[in-house]
Amino acid sequence: MDEFVYDSVYLSSRDLREGRVLFETWQPNAQYAWDAGVAISRYLQEFKAGKLIGRSCPECSRVLVPPRMFCESCFCPTDDWVTLEDTGTVLTFSRCTITWDLVQLEEPQMPAVIEIDGASPGMGIMHMLGEVDPEALAIGMRVRAVWKPADERTGSVTDIAYFKPLKE
Amino acid sequence: MIRDVAIVGAGWSGFRSITPELSHKELMYDAAVRAYEDAGVDPRRDIDTFVTVGEDYHEGISIFDEYVPDQLGAVQRPVQSIAGEGIQGLAAAVMQILTGRFDIAVVEGHSKASNILTLPYILAFAMDPVFNRPLGVHPYAIAGMEMLRYLAETATTPEECAAVVAKNRSNALFNPLAGHGASISIDDVLTAEPIAEPLSRLECAGHSDGSVVFVLAAGETARVLSDHPIWIRGVGWANDTFWLESRPWGDARYARAAGEMAFRTAGIKSPAKEIDFAEIDDTFAYKELQHLEALGFCSRGSAGEWTLEGGTALGGEFPVNPSGGALGEGHLLDATGLARVLEVVLQLRGQAGQRQIDAAEVGLAFGWRGVPTTAGAAVVLSN
Repeated sequence: MDEFVYDSVYLSSRDLREGRVLFETWQPNAQYAWDAGVAISRYLQEFKAGKLIGRSCPECSRVLVPPRMFCESCFCPTDDWVTLEDTGTVLTFSRCTITWDLVQLEEPQMPAVIEIDGASPGMGIMHMLGEVDPEALAIGMRVRAVWKPADERTGSVTDIAYFKPLKE
Repeated sequence: MIRDVAIVGAGWSGFRSITPELSHKELMYDAAVRAYEDAGVDPRRDIDTFVTVGEDYHEGISIFDEYVPDQLGAVQRPVQSIAGEGIQGLAAAVMQILTGRFDIAVVEGHSKASNILTLPYILAFAMDPVFNRPLGVHPYAIAGMEMLRYLAETATTPEECAAVVAKNRSNALFNPLAGHGASISIDDVLTAEPIAEPLSRLECAGHSDGSVVFVLAAGETARVLSDHPIWIRGVGWANDTFWLESRPWGDARYARAAGEMAFRTAGIKSPAKEIDFAEIDDTFAYKELQHLEALGFCSRGSAGEWTLEGGTALGGEFPVNPSGGALGEGHLLDATGLARVLEVVLQLRGQAGQRQIDAAEVGLAFGWRGVPTTAGAAVVLSN
């Protein structure tokens, strides 16, 4: 029977803490420079100018935002740029109360998907809400983009600081 | 096989060192449009199932397969992703058709290698974290060690390996798809700077961006859709042991096992007699020779001399990599094997232009998953 029993060592958390066991550390070096492509490049350029644009599908007539060069529904090329408003309607949202490492937040983050005016129903931008009481959030709330100052824009989705309630 | 399966549509895009004007989705869309037009199918109506091949670390995004349906017309359809060599993905699509549940399937593979800034580190991350990675050696050293052992066991010479580079890059000059065509002499290869001896820089395939898409269909459907269906006669794939400490360094056993499975399913008794030409992984020049021997197209240790004598050249008795191979087209990461299949399809259709092989009826494509893997996949095709 003994020949089937292997020597083993029970590890305590102290053994791990004090480095008494083998540690191999390796920092993955994974760096990428993605080609944004036709649609996303133009979209981000327009962010710099404080504008939102979409693409229209010649078959289903939907206006797609973020823009893309083909319609996933019709599988055909989109054919025109469409300038959109920077206002819209909250499609869905959450009050997120944790960080990535599960620490509780004092103030909740308020991610939302906002249907953009001028784009087709269900076509929106995922962004953050601000200047609003978290308890006042509601589906259907009308909001407007708060742009960073022009000289701080870099051609990123964060050129919009957040969306805030629109007083109409 | 229990059902006939054919390739009825082929599409591609890119095959260039850089493709800065297109996102990976736009690159895939272009290849898909071409394949569907070629097959005369509407993906939103006609295609039953989709397979893509890829690797999260090559994409730079985890669970990358979630990003593929839109550009293939696969939204709200069965989609499966294979982390493996392109021909393993082709095999998966074939198997889906063999179930009888699907009649038309698509397989896609792509590369945006130019977007990966730290590719050698990505390869290094594939090495064993306890035994190999701490040594801190470039993964191409595995190819150097394998080449040395292969040369020692078979008496193959560095000149013979260099002849593969001269042949394939010269073939690529006749292939409008290939971005790495060049007139290179054996001497140029031998005097190029070493990467990991005995491997020189010119013996390692450079990289390309690109996408390859095939439409596959079951027997009767294929005959209706296409005037020139290219029949998949057999597929096979295999892995060897991974251990660098004890793998069979001189011998590509995975290629032998994959080939035997493909030949068995195709009912091929004598590959050398029954197959007219081959597209075979040449990620490193010696690999073409090692794979040729393991697949049984010539005896062990004779592929080098055969190559040097011109037997595997475009006009030779058994052309190997008429497309230029990975050395001539550039390595397309997970899509490399599908690029091998693409050339076999074009040759069997008689659409290979200046590099057309006369009376080509049966061809083989073989893909290898690259260092540090021992994964290979083979497919036999006929017109």
